[in-house]
Amino acid sequence: MKIHEYQAKALFREFDIPVPPGKVATTADEAVSIANELPDGKVVVKGQIHAGGRGKGGGVKVVDKSAVKETANQILGMQLITHQTDPEGQKVKTVLVEAGSNIAKEYYLSLILDRATDKVIVMASPDGGMDIEEVAEKTPERLLKLPVSPAVGIQPFQLRQVVTFLGLPKEAQKEAMKMVANLYKLYMEKDCSLLEINPLVLTAENNMIALDGKINFDSNALYRQKDIVELRDTDEEDPLEVEASKYGLNYIKLDGNVACMVNGAGLAMATMDIIKLHGEAPANFLDVGGSANKESLENAFRILMSDKNVEVLLINIFGGILRCDLLAEGVVAAAKSLKMDLPMVIRMKGTNVEKGKEILANSDLEFAVAETMTEAAEKVVQFLKQPVGV
Amino acid sequence: MAVLVDNNTKLIIQGITGKEGQFHGEQCMAYGTQLVGGVTPGKGGQTVELSGKTVPVFDTVKEAVTKTGANATVIFVPPPFAADAIMEATEAGIALVICITEGIPVTDMVKVKAFMKDYPDTRLIGPNCPGVISPDIAKIGIMPGHIHKKGPVGIVSRSGTLTYEAVDQLTQLGIGQSTCIGIGGDPVNGTNFIDCLELFQNDPETDAIVMIGEIGGTAEEEAAAYAKEHVTKPIVCFIAGQTAPPGKRMGHAGAIISGGKGTAAEKMAALKAAGIAVVESPAVIGETMAAAIR
Repeated sequence: MKIHEYQAKALFREFDIPVPPGKVATTADEAVSIANELPDGKVVVKGQIHAGGRGKGGGVKVVDKSAVKETANQILGMQLITHQTDPEGQKVKTVLVEAGSNIAKEYYLSLILDRATDKVIVMASPDGGMDIEEVAEKTPERLLKLPVSPAVGIQPFQLRQVVTFLGLPKEAQKEAMKMVANLYKLYMEKDCSLLEINPLVLTAENNMIALDGKINFDSNALYRQKDIVELRDTDEEDPLEVEASKYGLNYIKLDGNVACMVNGAGLAMATMDIIKLHGEAPANFLDVGGSANKESLENAFRILMSDKNVEVLLINIFGGILRCDLLAEGVVAAAKSLKMDLPMVIRMKGTNVEKGKEILANSDLEFAVAETMTEAAEKVVQFLKQPVGV
Repeated sequence: MAVLVDNNTKLIIQGITGKEGQFHGEQCMAYGTQLVGGVTPGKGGQTVELSGKTVPVFDTVKEAVTKTGANATVIFVPPPFAADAIMEATEAGIALVICITEGIPVTDMVKVKAFMKDYPDTRLIGPNCPGVISPDIAKIGIMPGHIHKKGPVGIVSRSGTLTYEAVDQLTQLGIGQSTCIGIGGDPVNGTNFIDCLELFQNDPETDAIVMIGEIGGTAEEEAAAYAKEHVTKPIVCFIAGQTAPPGKRMGHAGAIISGGKGTAAEKMAALKAAGIAVVESPAVIGETMAAAIR
């Protein structure tokens, strides 16, 4: 789960990690009154969307106080387009209005799970504000990776390693060490999956400030992070994905025209892959899981059908826990109650497959049956080439 | 002889009184697995009837081990309690711990992995996996037993149903399996690809290996490097998620391309470079293996 920068910074404050003074506004007038309470000097107006690259997209501006109203008006409501958004961009609903900082130098700091060592690692680089993947690839010697023992947590010697590696002046080291220790605490206590400050800033006054903040959370841990769940902004997510998540369906919207309904994440990905291998494009990833029932299948159908790009539906089920006969009953019932009018290709294997096929054959649904995944993909292609008739 | 699971496997189920525990316990027993007991805290002293047999329930894994001589456990405990269940089994000296549970918080698994370093004799499979089956010998997990057939191909996979797909293709072609190991779809797991490649390489009854990976992490790349040096048996590999968009979690917690890393293309290139037969289509895993071993 992702959150906004202003929400991340609120968590930083809670964990005693310094951030610039500022507040969030939804109107230009609010932005002005926030700016007026800030110390003298420049003001930063930052459009709040989940995607990165906001500055380059024109969603972050450093202005004089007199220009805050005009700037907030420009940014609020704009479709902010960045390299991480859709081509249409994402609508800005709120802006963060902050005091400008007197930047002496920028750094990079993050905490993330390292899958190779099964530990949380601290990553730090003196090359702040840069694309960190690029730093890792081109100048790996300028990126420190420090694994933290989950048994004892981050240790003082490691904090010293971070500040030494960054080359921070003596006056700022103590504050920076405290900052890193608190970030680790935040990461573990709130079940983060990514915690990133880019840039981390050393001010001319030798203070350390998190100028930006990005936090992602482990979805599997949200059951014990009720306050974090409150921070979810579903406007930032695909509406169909939000709808699917209400029913516990694992759905991800894609750009193609072949809807897929599959049980199991691996098989669902493999189904997308075989569609692509046959020259077509999947409209979605959908794992209905092992406990699919009539209701969840109906919801799944409804979601797949409401994607206007979809021209054909491919159902690929390998019955294990999920029995083919139950699946077939669910498909027939859902297709009927929703008046499914899309051409369908159904491929079933595994537990009770014969019973399942019988149920489908005895229904008045129109569909093509496939034995193998290759045959299923070929039939999908046929439907797309001659869309009339079954 | 198969790997991990054989006739000497004495299994307990953690979470035996739950719906899943009972259903799959019954299936495992029906397949011929020796199920000697179960654990549900607070329900010690009770029994459950599975496949016409009375199975004792214990409060702790330690007690179950002492009274039954169990050497393997399968965990069906809900996510908030699953990490604790893994550590309990580990501390009780169980050699093979298989965790089916999906949805364990990552920070919990990070702690579990650190905890398990003190117990090098315990092997964890999963979490978020279908389990392990040695056809005609024993099954510990949730896979449909009837699609399997005893034979010479070892399978290791991060997926569930996609593994069944591969098994089915092999069985349809008359090619049986020695042992099928689901290592799970989580970013932090126990046994990895390399461990399984080593097991299969050393197993006299395994002649060839199917490896099913997916996007996310670098486990496949590491396995490729290992296989190049240490595995002489033919390997057929499929990587799921060639069409997956970056930054999106594809169902499995571990199936995500992040920071441009963990793509199927990178993995497939590394595996090919190691001399492994990488198939682009999931539909030809069986026939590619048939060609490799005949």
